[in-house]
Amino acid sequence: MNHRFGFYLLLAPLVVWLGALIIIPHIDLFLTSLSVKVRPRVYEIGLDNYTAFFGEPLYWNTFARTALMSVSATALTLIIGFPIAYYIAKLAQGRLRATLFVLCLLPFWVSELVRTFGWMILLRETGVVSSALQWLGLTSGPIEFLYNDAAIMVGLVYTSMLFMVVPLVTTLDSLDNSYIEAGYDLGGSSFAVLREIVIPHAKPGIVSGCIIVFMLSLGNYLTPILLGGKDSLWFTQQIYAQFITRFNWEQGSAFGFLLLILSSLIVWAGLKLTGQTLSKTVGQG
Amino acid sequence: MRKTFAEFVAVDDVDLAIPSGSFFSILGPSGCGKTTLLRMIAGFLQPTSGDILIKGHSVLDVPPNKRAVNMVFQHLALFPMMNVAENVGYGLRRRGMPREDIAKKVEDALVRVGLPGSGTKRISQISGGQKQRVAIARCLVLDPDVLLLDEPLGALDLKLREHMKVELKKLQHEFETTFIYITHDQSEALVMSDRVAVMNAGRFEQVGPAQELYYQPKTIFVAEFVGDSNKWRGRVAAIDQNRVTVTTAQSGRISGVAAGPCSIGDDVEVFVRPEAVALSRDGSALQTMANHMDGEVVSVLFNGAASRLLVRARETGDEIDVALPQTGEFNDLQAGQSVSFGWSDAQTKCFVIG
Amino acid sequence: MKRNGTGLRAMVATAAIFALTAGAAQAEELRLLTWGGYAPDDVVALFEAETGIDVSVTLSNNEEMIAKLRATGGGGFDLAQPSQDRISGAQEEHGIYKPLDLSKVDSSLFIASMLDGTKKNTEFEGEVYGLPHVWGTSGLVLDTAKAGSVKDYTDLCNADVAGKVSYRLKRPTLIGFAFAMGMDPFAAYADPATYEDMMKKVEAKLVECKPNVKAYWSGGDALINLLRSGEVVASMAWDTGGWKLNADNPDITFVAPASGALGWIDTFALPAKTKNEDAAYKWINFVMQPEIAAMITAAAGNFTASKGADEFAEDALKARFQASFPAEAIDNIKWYPPVPAGLEDIEGDILDRVQAS
Repeated sequence: MNHRFGFYLLLAPLVVWLGALIIIPHIDLFLTSLSVKVRPRVYEIGLDNYTAFFGEPLYWNTFARTALMSVSATALTLIIGFPIAYYIAKLAQGRLRATLFVLCLLPFWVSELVRTFGWMILLRETGVVSSALQWLGLTSGPIEFLYNDAAIMVGLVYTSMLFMVVPLVTTLDSLDNSYIEAGYDLGGSSFAVLREIVIPHAKPGIVSGCIIVFMLSLGNYLTPILLGGKDSLWFTQQIYAQFITRFNWEQGSAFGFLLLILSSLIVWAGLKLTGQTLSKTVGQG
Repeated sequence: MRKTFAEFVAVDDVDLAIPSGSFFSILGPSGCGKTTLLRMIAGFLQPTSGDILIKGHSVLDVPPNKRAVNMVFQHLALFPMMNVAENVGYGLRRRGMPREDIAKKVEDALVRVGLPGSGTKRISQISGGQKQRVAIARCLVLDPDVLLLDEPLGALDLKLREHMKVELKKLQHEFETTFIYITHDQSEALVMSDRVAVMNAGRFEQVGPAQELYYQPKTIFVAEFVGDSNKWRGRVAAIDQNRVTVTTAQSGRISGVAAGPCSIGDDVEVFVRPEAVALSRDGSALQTMANHMDGEVVSVLFNGAASRLLVRARETGDEIDVALPQTGEFNDLQAGQSVSFGWSDAQTKCFVIG
Repeated sequence: MKRNGTGLRAMVATAAIFALTAGAAQAEELRLLTWGGYAPDDVVALFEAETGIDVSVTLSNNEEMIAKLRATGGGGFDLAQPSQDRISGAQEEHGIYKPLDLSKVDSSLFIASMLDGTKKNTEFEGEVYGLPHVWGTSGLVLDTAKAGSVKDYTDLCNADVAGKVSYRLKRPTLIGFAFAMGMDPFAAYADPATYEDMMKKVEAKLVECKPNVKAYWSGGDALINLLRSGEVVASMAWDTGGWKLNADNPDITFVAPASGALGWIDTFALPAKTKNEDAAYKWINFVMQPEIAAMITAAAGNFTASKGADEFAEDALKARFQASFPAEAIDNIKWYPPVPAGLEDIEGDILDRVQAS
């Protein structure tokens, strides 16, 4: 009796957290997404909000664009993050290792808004990079680096780097050096060792890092808004517009739900493609 | 050849030649530099000075993945993400060999190490002994000039280790590849090797066949490290050709042979193997031996064939380790009983200290 | 999604809980949902000294005000300050406001014409929901030395300012362009079909104009940075932004466009579940006093509907106002009529398509 009581007491924060902050809001969101406005203060139940997503090319184009850019950002983060993680896990020693880790953490000591404004100061036409290039005589006039998809990419990769590096360092750390040496010793080139030994071993870390980065990029709002150009469309922006500027909470809720489902589908497809399971990657990462 | 790490000299002026096709062991305590030496041969480390020649050609400029030298790692380092056949075929794939040839060679190698048809098993599914064989097959399938083995038996239990010693020797014989085996376990080195190098503090103390190391140690370190010995400290009292008489601290006198040049008054250490000591219940039987004394049994350390006696000499009070002869005569020996014991001067090695 | 959907709701709900408990614990509190500059610290301090009521200020904008109040059914705040054109529509759809008791307000403090206009515009089912507070306009903020050719919204598409233009992708831009193109969107408010046709023409113009735009601005600070650095020389923005920049760089100022500046009035409105109505009325009567209203004008940069407050306003601000608004420009101000429910959807689609083009 007593034992069981203690068990439930321990479980309570989790249940409250899951229930109050995740499950109940999602049920609410789902119910809202099913109501269709007939006229002011009169609603009906229906799927119109969902069919609107597929009926309006703008909406699913925006989603496709967001997903594609998030995938690219994830790939880029992996390509940049892997050597960093490899260096931290396998080559750096003691103090240097800790320093590198802190450097990865550093951007998170300020808020996302400040980080993004930092990039704006660097990239804008009258900004640091453009001025430096002019000063060096590499360009004759100012260059605008901001307000395009490349700027969004830079912002997303920068924001996500830590979430890629940490799981990678963890898995690479667990790879015994003798495997790498054996790979060389038996005639493997650096590339072969990387492809046949290091990457297969790091796969769970790669996959879990990619899932986190993909979800973070997909759900990012500030970076695409502030760094993106006039053509930049981001799905979260659509949701915000539906909720806030168009007062169409029903449509916004449907978009929210679709984002949840579609992104889960993409992650699922990614797991299938790489032959991983969620429990394996999350357990390891 | 020499290797230094910052201030520390790990391998100091080691010079050796290993005949092709032999089983060569490097025996030494941990930290003696034997792993460093092995890694230099494998190519993971560059010697600070000196050269490494394989079949007469220097390999200093050859990176590890191009050297005809392969290594069996201490923990084997079998790739867990591949099955047995993929592990064995890894090196062949790197050489760009056609798929069918690889399959044939891999199965061939597995047959030769006694694991036919195990190719599709995961590494986690096979036993420790089988892993050893896969690790060796993975190297030997590449026909290396030299196979390096870094204490690969360390992780096995005693019984399997004994078995694998024999197995390894057999494999080496079969493949006729040069094996360089490093270990801190003297029995592994002695059993398997054609020649053994005893290494200490970055230097080779003595290189030779196992028997030579055991019967004719050239240095105090070898005498102490290889096999067990009774040891006395003393001073040379008399010299007759290579025969010396030593006075020990307990004022006993021991006759023996000098392992090197010495003169009267030198401080020496005297070594006698427990199995060189003869035992008798009747003192007169040992009168002919150069060293003989009476004493009593302090304790019997029974361990089957390797049983020992601890006896105390009556005159000097020295405690001496004696191998218990398994002839049946001494099976009822017990602590407190009187015994006589003695050994020949030829079995007594005297080393000058310093 | 989390951020904007459930997160927002959860945040609002938590904020409401905190506000409720805080309200219960303290003697008296006025929770004000307003714009930046409308409740400056010095005014709040004077009010607290006079009445003993604590004022907690939440800064917001029109859209977020409606979203916040909608999330709680009109709770969490005691007084809100939405623009007058956004009250009756929101009330019709969501019922988030409460009718005002005009007897509790000292109407002599208000400029009569503005009070009457706002009452009329915020009427819903025979009740009045809003009283005027701060008013201002939006139009063009230009670097007059570099963008001399820009006289109206549509001139932002001129070749000589290409790549140095910025405006918001929001409804004022649609309305402004419609006027500049010779149409009257306000007259079409009541007829969604006509309005939609009109907006489609605006859409075509904005799409055509897109290459001229450097970036669509989303926050006032971002725009001010763009103008100050010279990266943008012509923009569509609020009058106060232009006047603020004018203080630093005399070339940059607010210009009323030829087709007329768009006039807005921010109001006082009671949220449906206000907990401290008395304090809300006290605040209204307090800040409408001319001296206090002048303090708000100094902080917000805009004039108020307080009668006689002009006397106390800064001369520099008055000078800038007069420079931007010759007499005929004041007459030409297009005041926003109430937005009928549902128009936002039409506009939203247009804005989406402009961005996607």
